[in-house]
Amino acid sequence: MSFDTYSMEIILDHYKNPHNKGKVAHVDLLNREKNPSCGDEIEVSATLDTEQKIREIKFDGHGCAISLASISMLTDELKGKSFQEIMKMEKQDVLALLGIDVAPLRIKCVMLGLRVLQRSILKHEGKDAQGISLSEI
Amino acid sequence: MLNVQNIRKDFPILQRKVHGKPLIYLDSAASSQKPQQVIDAIVHYYSTSHANIHRGIHQLGEEATTAYEEAHKHTAQFINATSWREIIFTKNTTESLNLLAYSLSKTFKKGDEIIVSRKEHHSNFVPWQQCAKEHGLVLKIVEITPDGVIDLAHLRTLLTKKTRIVSITHMSNVLGTVNDVKEIAAIVHANKTEDGGHTLLSVDGAQSVPHMAVDVQNLDCDFLSFSSHKMLGPTGIGVLYGKRALLEKMPPFLFGGGMVGSVTEKETSFGDLPWKFEAGTPNISGAVGFSAALTYLENLGMDNVWNHEQELAAYALAQLKKQKDVTIYAPAFVKGKRGAVVSFTLGTIHAHDVISILDQEGIAVRAGHHCAQPLLDSMGVPATVRLSAYVYTTKEEIDALITALDKVRKVFG
Repeated sequence: MSFDTYSMEIILDHYKNPHNKGKVAHVDLLNREKNPSCGDEIEVSATLDTEQKIREIKFDGHGCAISLASISMLTDELKGKSFQEIMKMEKQDVLALLGIDVAPLRIKCVMLGLRVLQRSILKHEGKDAQGISLSEI
Repeated sequence: MLNVQNIRKDFPILQRKVHGKPLIYLDSAASSQKPQQVIDAIVHYYSTSHANIHRGIHQLGEEATTAYEEAHKHTAQFINATSWREIIFTKNTTESLNLLAYSLSKTFKKGDEIIVSRKEHHSNFVPWQQCAKEHGLVLKIVEITPDGVIDLAHLRTLLTKKTRIVSITHMSNVLGTVNDVKEIAAIVHANKTEDGGHTLLSVDGAQSVPHMAVDVQNLDCDFLSFSSHKMLGPTGIGVLYGKRALLEKMPPFLFGGGMVGSVTEKETSFGDLPWKFEAGTPNISGAVGFSAALTYLENLGMDNVWNHEQELAAYALAQLKKQKDVTIYAPAFVKGKRGAVVSFTLGTIHAHDVISILDQEGIAVRAGHHCAQPLLDSMGVPATVRLSAYVYTTKEEIDALITALDKVRKVFG
């Protein structure tokens, strides 16, 4: 992972000036979880529209630049998306947003925000959130 | 004094580059690197003498069995155990502590108490916590002082006639601080239990045995656990030392071949120590490599190893203290009470971001909670950066780390 590329500058900008930080006023989806291996903690809250798509989404928490930039970028990207579209997202989708490749051990940082959101959808639908692992690599 | 430049020549991995820069390995508390002598011993064993132990009475079986038993004897000498039968080989410190917790818990009564400290590695915390749940035991936590050592006054208040065992680390893997085991043993052993005996003391030596002379008879601990891979030896082999009289009374942890006396359809009698606790084919090559690591450390002299690391600890602390934005956890250097393990944070920059930049400079350090979440929770930080040194570490490597912190500030500041 190199820190002097254009992509890295954008990542650092999201880290220093995160987008959609905080909690939505009307909470339809809410989940706060910790990455057990590094202690990073992310909360995602969202408001749904009449079609059950994401109307508004915000995040809060603490973590490394990669995990916070990932969720910051995702919150920009996910407005208007359906549950189905979000549940289908995988690491290549988040890596494409970041524009970088990361070391295998950092994939869990990349994926934490998305996984917290996906688990909030599972919880919302009354399903077992454990079906999605927070610590995959 | 150690001749570090000569020592470094024995470690082939130190010749390699990482991201185009010479490797600076400051993560020995997680796992140490291996000298050529250890690598050669394992290769030699597999090239000349491998067979299963305690079974065939052919020549190779004899040689492998002898090598494996000799490794027990060597380990017993290294920690000054009274008998090699007090040395049980496991897979690592975690397994040693699980063996102890599972086996002892079976002999405890509902309501009996176990004490661990706030700064334990998860391996000396979770097994006791889980065994307590299973057997209806009470797990108590002794707090640590601001200096990062066990609060002895608090320990005294926690001990009751129901306290069966106290299990504590010798040296903290997060703070580098060293507990006075001898004094703790005296306090613990003076505590009488309702069965007419006294409370036992288990010591997690994963961070101490590799770095200082540890004499179990002098410390008077009842059990001591440690791992080969943190002391120049291979992964996959660890040690549980226990006083013979205690081990004799403990039930086995794992069952199977190699650990039995006689087996009938309904009953089994168990074998002699240490085999009673070593079911199945063990890590024979690991034991051979571990013995070579012990020889390497003996040739250096454990007092020399400890003195070298004391010097590095004092140096690293002094250099880090000059950095205004660095917070050190347990910052005091007290000679003899501090190993070369230092945890710190840099401003508000996340520990993972710090080590990403350091990695680019070829510097390997650890970031995270170091498998000690109860301690980090009490410190109010989710993760720290941890540097840790060993026999091959130089002051110049610590300087390189300090210099690289400027690059971290440039990117994330």
